[in-house]
Amino acid sequence: MSNVKKEKTVKWGEEPKLSILDALYLPAIASGVATAIRHAVSGKATTRQYPEVEPEIPPNYRGVHRLNRDEEGRVKCVACYMCQTACPANCIEIIAAPAPKDDPHWKDRDKYPATFTIDELRCIYCGMCEEACPVDAIELTSIYDLTGLSRQEMIFDREKLLSVFDETVKSGKDPVRTHRGVLGPASETAATAKQAPPPPGRGRRG
Amino acid sequence: MWVWLKESWPILWPTLAAIGVILAVVPLLGLYMTFIERKLAAYVQDRIGPNRVGPFGLLQAVADGIKIFLKEQVIPDHVYTTLYFLAPAMSLMTAMFALVVMPFGPVPTDYEGGFRFVVQPGNDIGILFMMAISSLSAYGIIVGGWASNNKYSIYGAIRSCAQFISYEIPLGLSIIGVIAITGSLNIEKIVEAQSGSILDWNVCWQPLALLIFFTAALAETNRLPFDLPECEQELVGGFHTEYSGIKFVLFFLAEYTHIVTVSFLTALLFFGGWHFPGLPNPTGGTTLGMILGLAVLLFKVSMVVLFIILLRWALPRFRFDQLMGLAWKGLIPMGLVHLVGVAIVLSLGLPKHLLILTAALPIAAAYYSSVKFNASMGRWNALESGVRKTSAVSYE
Ligand code: SF4
Ligand code: SF4
Repeated sequence: MSNVKKEKTVKWGEEPKLSILDALYLPAIASGVATAIRHAVSGKATTRQYPEVEPEIPPNYRGVHRLNRDEEGRVKCVACYMCQTACPANCIEIIAAPAPKDDPHWKDRDKYPATFTIDELRCIYCGMCEEACPVDAIELTSIYDLTGLSRQEMIFDREKLLSVFDETVKSGKDPVRTHRGVLGPASETAATAKQAPPPPGRGRRG
Repeated sequence: MWVWLKESWPILWPTLAAIGVILAVVPLLGLYMTFIERKLAAYVQDRIGPNRVGPFGLLQAVADGIKIFLKEQVIPDHVYTTLYFLAPAMSLMTAMFALVVMPFGPVPTDYEGGFRFVVQPGNDIGILFMMAISSLSAYGIIVGGWASNNKYSIYGAIRSCAQFISYEIPLGLSIIGVIAITGSLNIEKIVEAQSGSILDWNVCWQPLALLIFFTAALAETNRLPFDLPECEQELVGGFHTEYSGIKFVLFFLAEYTHIVTVSFLTALLFFGGWHFPGLPNPTGGTTLGMILGLAVLLFKVSMVVLFIILLRWALPRFRFDQLMGLAWKGLIPMGLVHLVGVAIVLSLGLPKHLLILTAALPIAAAYYSSVKFNASMGRWNALESGVRKTSAVSYE
């Protein structure tokens, strides 16, 4: 076979020869068993004891939503319907209402969401809503272990989403996208827009 | 009636007690073997395994048992109902039946009175009975596969049938050597013959027989690497695809009972049973000796069980033609030659330790097959380069 001139550009391979030990199988079996035993007695389990030891979730994870508050603790959302329009799963429902002008607390705001619900079961956690939002009011947090006993329980309303915000701010788990103080590029003044991002974990008021 | 019972009570109670022990221990053992298997599998795969129920997860087996007993009984409406219900029972019954003659502890030489670790001591066809009954267990699988009326189940059953028929032969051939030299089918006598030093253990002078026996027995238990009747990747679940709940448990229990039986047989026939060099012969009858003997036997058996479980995580599954080839082209010829060796040793009155020479047989076989394989590869390479040459010519 070797008397044939072999092309230089082609890599010629040949079947490896079967040695007597290969044909006996027993050495192969012994080495397999040895590998199994070595792992069995090594005692190095890679398992994470989940409920006791929680995994490190990166801050750019897309988990449960939150509705951000502005500096005065009001809901930051201006009820522009952008997120609802962008949502591919159609799981956001907003009813807008004019802000109460006579209330001094609300006098600088025009609109706010009277109701704001997200169906967390229908959501595909794509993050389109937070990208669409002009005032950075809606964000996806790194909360991943969401459970509920009924479908109704998994439809989050405005208060629930705001409480997610409070919770994540308190535990210092702001999403990595959290970046600016007041209402966001569409509504900010030139001064606030130049503000640096808050130090991690300080929340919106930083 | 009462008189009869009173008279036969001294003979009756040890038997009843032994039956009770087997009936109580085997299901428990089956449950805990699943636990051990899961735990060992986890360790081999660098996991932790069940550790939530009870200390170290020890109650996991109990939890599994309770769960599976409470499970819904799904009976598909396309099955042959009678056979469908019969199959798991048959499977477990034959598996347990084989335990009748199996000593699970040292058996005193005088069979009078007192508790003995076997249901029927001194059975002169013991090993033959065991072989006969354990090959019946193929029926449970075949009937189950047939009754399920499902292509995967019937494939599993057919495979199992072929496997059983093939591996019965080397299994028988391998223990004929042991039987012929001991001169008895009685398991206790076979163990007694190994009571001397460690060199008297059958494994020391018939390693080939052990190799054949263990391989064939593994195939009979449908364990990996021979678990073709139930291989998940090809056959969903094999013959028990349609079984759920308690009926599945019976199949499962039968499989584990087979493993226990095989482990006991390996320990009894080849590793000296309850004998260990340096320990007094426990069949004399002292209680301490009996307990020591029991511990020795159980230790050997658990080593074999652990090895069988470990093998599952060490070896890949055979292809079906490889499986058949191993039996018909490997184990059976070797078993036959081994048998001839035993016959020569017996008829010429040579020392039995000469039989260790048969261990050279697999090496010779391996040499032969490697030479054959390399020659055929050489032919193939030559052929291929020939094609290369002619095609190069025709293209130029
Ligand atoms: S993450 Fe995607 S699917 Fe979920 S609410 Fe936002 S836009 Fe809709
Ligand atoms: S896009 Fe932002 S501001 Fe507009 S409705 Fe949605 S959350 Fe509110």
